[in-house]
Amino acid sequence: MFGAGGGTSSYREVEDADVVFLWGSNAREAHPIWFHHLLKGIRHHGTRLYVMDPRRTTSAQWADRWLGLRVGSDIALANAMAREIIHAGLAHRDFIARATEGFEAYAGAVESYTLEWAEPVTGIPADVIREAAHAFAKADRAMICWTLGITEHHNAVENVLALINLCLLCGHVGRWGSGANPLRGQNNVQGGGDMGAIPNKLPGFQDIELDFGARERFAKAWGTPISPKAGWNLTQMFHAMERGALSALYVIGENPAQSDADAHRIGDLLDGLEHLVVQEIFLTKTAQYADVVLPAAATWCEGDGTVTNSERRVQRVKAAVKPPAGARDELHIIADLARRLGRDWGTPTGESVWNEFRALAPHFAGGMSYARLEALGGIQWPCPDESHPGTTFLHGRLWEEPRGGKAAPFSVVHHDPPWEARDPQFPFLLTTGRRLESYNTGVQSSGYPSPLHRGETLDISPEDAAKLGIGDGDLVRVTSRRGSVEVPARIDRALRANLVFMTLHFPDDVATNLLTIDVADPRSGTAEFKACAVRVEPAFAPHPVGA
Amino acid sequence: MTPLVQLARPRRAAGPMVACTINGQPVEVEQGTTILAAAKTIGVRVPTLCLLETLTPVNACRLCVVEVKGARVLAPACARAVEACMEIATDSPRVHLTRKLVLEMLASSVDLSAAPDLVALLDEYGARPGRFGPKAPAAPAGARHAAIAGHHEPPDVRYAATVAEPPTVDNELYVRDYAKCVLCYKCVEACGTDHQNTFAIAVAGRGFDAHISTELAVPLPDSACVYCGNCIAVCPTGALVGRREYDLRAEGNWHPEAQSATDTICPYCGVGCTLTLHVQDGEIVKATSPMDNTITMGNLCLKGRFGWRFVQSTEGR
Repeated sequence: MFGAGGGTSSYREVEDADVVFLWGSNAREAHPIWFHHLLKGIRHHGTRLYVMDPRRTTSAQWADRWLGLRVGSDIALANAMAREIIHAGLAHRDFIARATEGFEAYAGAVESYTLEWAEPVTGIPADVIREAAHAFAKADRAMICWTLGITEHHNAVENVLALINLCLLCGHVGRWGSGANPLRGQNNVQGGGDMGAIPNKLPGFQDIELDFGARERFAKAWGTPISPKAGWNLTQMFHAMERGALSALYVIGENPAQSDADAHRIGDLLDGLEHLVVQEIFLTKTAQYADVVLPAAATWCEGDGTVTNSERRVQRVKAAVKPPAGARDELHIIADLARRLGRDWGTPTGESVWNEFRALAPHFAGGMSYARLEALGGIQWPCPDESHPGTTFLHGRLWEEPRGGKAAPFSVVHHDPPWEARDPQFPFLLTTGRRLESYNTGVQSSGYPSPLHRGETLDISPEDAAKLGIGDGDLVRVTSRRGSVEVPARIDRALRANLVFMTLHFPDDVATNLLTIDVADPRSGTAEFKACAVRVEPAFAPHPVGA
Repeated sequence: MTPLVQLARPRRAAGPMVACTINGQPVEVEQGTTILAAAKTIGVRVPTLCLLETLTPVNACRLCVVEVKGARVLAPACARAVEACMEIATDSPRVHLTRKLVLEMLASSVDLSAAPDLVALLDEYGARPGRFGPKAPAAPAGARHAAIAGHHEPPDVRYAATVAEPPTVDNELYVRDYAKCVLCYKCVEACGTDHQNTFAIAVAGRGFDAHISTELAVPLPDSACVYCGNCIAVCPTGALVGRREYDLRAEGNWHPEAQSATDTICPYCGVGCTLTLHVQDGEIVKATSPMDNTITMGNLCLKGRFGWRFVQSTEGR
């Protein structure tokens, strides 16, 4: 945000925050050790926690207030809070005037988001919205942290902007304990972005289309001109396959056959490719579609390199064990491919690749040698030179006199409900998420015998279960416009009526993504996994009434 | 470029200093400093058992007691703050005798075979736990957990009373071997307010019957436990161990001296917990996290602590 592609704050800061908004995140289960820091704040500092989540999750159980908003009404809630803050005179006028731009347009845009309007749209009582807004605005230090509940929507980027607006409105950015933080879902989501695995960025978040100087630098280093043209994100690649513009695909460590929305369609598209190469540690579902499978070492414990975590900390991963016979270091595989294509990259190591990156993104990582990463236990970027300690929080420049750098822009965003609404044919809204003991499509987490593993279920509210005449463990059929699965029901008091929940953890048993919809945010390419309309029917002879 | 507001982390103002003597040496420390910390500043070692830097002191073990001149009883150095003009002796004859007795009572009643640090202390203090007689036979499984608080049978004077009982193996991830438990409370603290806030275990029973228990002594899979294993991480005596370590120990194949320890990063979520992988004969046998790591403080979730087995899967790799 504001030109930096990462969260603003360190984990430690959440312990000193006075108010935390945990928005669309069940961090207690999805980021358990980050949640330890939050619990320290709650239990030892007096941090007040507000959880915005349609489900009353195990995180929400720790909240001072649970705001159980309707799925996809996040912008309505954020804008209503903003209007309330402005009208109550709680906006940080000084900060807005000196560090931001676009406030007038923003204030005008949120003017129609009254509490009375927001109450039926979000499902949250007006006085609760008011209380949360006032708590956030009046806090000395306040933080908004979010996860996929914000970003797995067709308007993901706008959702994020709505939250950043709130931080700007109250001056909650650029200070210890104040900020806006996405909690990353995988150990190197942040690092992938750092290293340029974003269609319009060169390594170090340098824009491939707009940054002429960066293109020149890379062209010189790599001995080849850099085309000023953004690539495709995952969703755009599938669209390109559909129209025949993409016919060969090289997949490294990703399982789209099971992790992507509308799995029937994804399967057909992978099947229709002229050539598919999959580099993986297991023969995943996606690898089973492949023409060539390249068995890879698990870099986190069988190779060498770095990952970057959610507080922008670059950390070393190291080989502790040897890979199984035939599985090769991923860098060696890639270098061999380059050699076959006529380029000799020698035998790159994690360190040599990292040093090349440091040289090409000096303001970002120039000070992060392997030796310093080791000595300091990881370093938070940016770290421009070898005397720099790393950066605990970003954007302190906004508070400097005179202000350092460009103003932070407000963004005008409006409520835009999920693509699919409930209707008489599909009367439930299905939302998806994670559980503590499992992980994504289960490639890694199905390998250990946890007593908490209970397989896939359709979680449903007690009211709906009673209405449908189903009990705990009864098999139900869940049907969306795209597909249908059978799954045992689990009655869960964390859910409200008309809302049902599933995970993506057991795709071999229950392919939840046969149901999900592949409308995606045009900018991030993330599909709307959090909302699709479904029908739920008992898949057994119903219990006789009155029995 | 002056910031308009306080940007950095708020610092607590330094408190007033207090002066005392430790073993005759003058020491000046900030008010609120424990005797243990004050002693450390001048290089005086005080043995501890129930203390861990990442946990709130519970002063349960009485091993760190020191003598404060003029005080009726010995003071626990881990929890007692230094006061002005205190004259503290960390190794007086009275202190030495008390520590020796504490160690003798522990060693006579608990299996310390997996606690080499404690065994070294026994030697250092010349403790003779055998003087209470041979150890009483182990209680049948579940008997100690079923004891009713306040009911006591007359002791069998032929034996030294023990907490011995068969290990509790009720899940695939870790084993509770309470015959090795010294009741240091660390596991309870780590499971509770200090870190995990799950509250799956607590101390049940009273007096010699006191023991660590789940609610109503139910098996772990029926308890609130989420298998983070943060209790294992803090257990000093091997009463709580991962299943793989337990099995290897039972086979006589657990060789810490032949293990390597490599720090890497957990392969799951984006928090980035440091995982120390303990490897024996090319096999990962245990995962821990360093106690001084700023992200984890030694804690992990169950995916980090136990979820690495997939790399050793024989199927498909």
